[in-house]
Amino acid sequence: MHELSIALSIVEMATEESDKRNGATVDAVHLKLGRLSGVVKDALLFSWEIACQGTTLENSRLEIIEVPVRVHCENCKTDRTLAEINNFSCPVCSEPTPEVLQGRELEVTALEIIE
Amino acid sequence: MTQTRLVEVRQNVLKHNDVLARELRERFEEAGVFVASFVSSPGSGKTAFLEKTLTLLKEKYRVAALVGDLATENDAARLARSEVPVKQIVTGTICHLEAQMIENALGDWDLNELDCLFIENVGNLVCPSSYDLGEALRVVLMSTTEGEDKPLKYPTIFNTADVAVITKTDLAEAVEFDSQAAHASIQAVRPGMKIFEVSSKTGAGMDEWLQWLSGNFNNLKSKI
Repeated sequence: MHELSIALSIVEMATEESDKRNGATVDAVHLKLGRLSGVVKDALLFSWEIACQGTTLENSRLEIIEVPVRVHCENCKTDRTLAEINNFSCPVCSEPTPEVLQGRELEVTALEIIE
Repeated sequence: MTQTRLVEVRQNVLKHNDVLARELRERFEEAGVFVASFVSSPGSGKTAFLEKTLTLLKEKYRVAALVGDLATENDAARLARSEVPVKQIVTGTICHLEAQMIENALGDWDLNELDCLFIENVGNLVCPSSYDLGEALRVVLMSTTEGEDKPLKYPTIFNTADVAVITKTDLAEAVEFDSQAAHASIQAVRPGMKIFEVSSKTGAGMDEWLQWLSGNFNNLKSKI
């Protein structure tokens, strides 16, 4: 399980941002999490509380925005969303869709700061 | 009165690793060394396959390996039998390799003296998928004894790999391995991925693998 080290990295990032704002309290961290990122949402949420202990982020929330996998279907000449990550084929025409457009995100997008 | 304000940040969580991996990739390319990493579940035969690959390649090429393990140096000791430079990375409790560990392990190795460097990741089909190591090629291995639907259970690692190797084909008959089903599973999670079938024990399939692999590092040499 590498979610704890990911959670610690996010805490570190948020702490740096808080420091830049004279130690403003971070109420929540918004994270984009792609379904192909290799990070499990529940494990990350479980790790969050532990990662925040003893930091300025104690009692903060981690708001996870899950990003589905989008692929390009060459046959339909259009982009599609995949329902499952173990079937890379067009949900409409069933042709294989190797080209991944989104779904690998692991990105902090915003912080909710208390002023 | 306190109020909550939303501050936009936009930062990749693995930025530090990605930046370091990019620097490593540039270093490898400049030195003309082709870097391939191996990922698989524990016990799928990474070390045996690597040992065979190193032994057969060293006749013609200058090769070396970095091997990751949680607790022991057994793999490096095994690979030392191939008589090529090998270094062990003991990760402690960490379940995957990161770019920083590769940089540290390279130490004083002169990359210009190498044609190909192999990185054996910790046996784990989940965690290594998120970490770029600066490699040119990510090889995912699965053995005939693991079940043909392994790629469907661990789609992320198979999707992030460039080539798949099915190992232990000498055991295929005994475990009634269905090669066609395994190929279909791999293609479902990574359409178009090249697949090799090998036996590190008998050497079956090694020629095809090595020919394809060495074609990759000859290509790299011709670019610099």
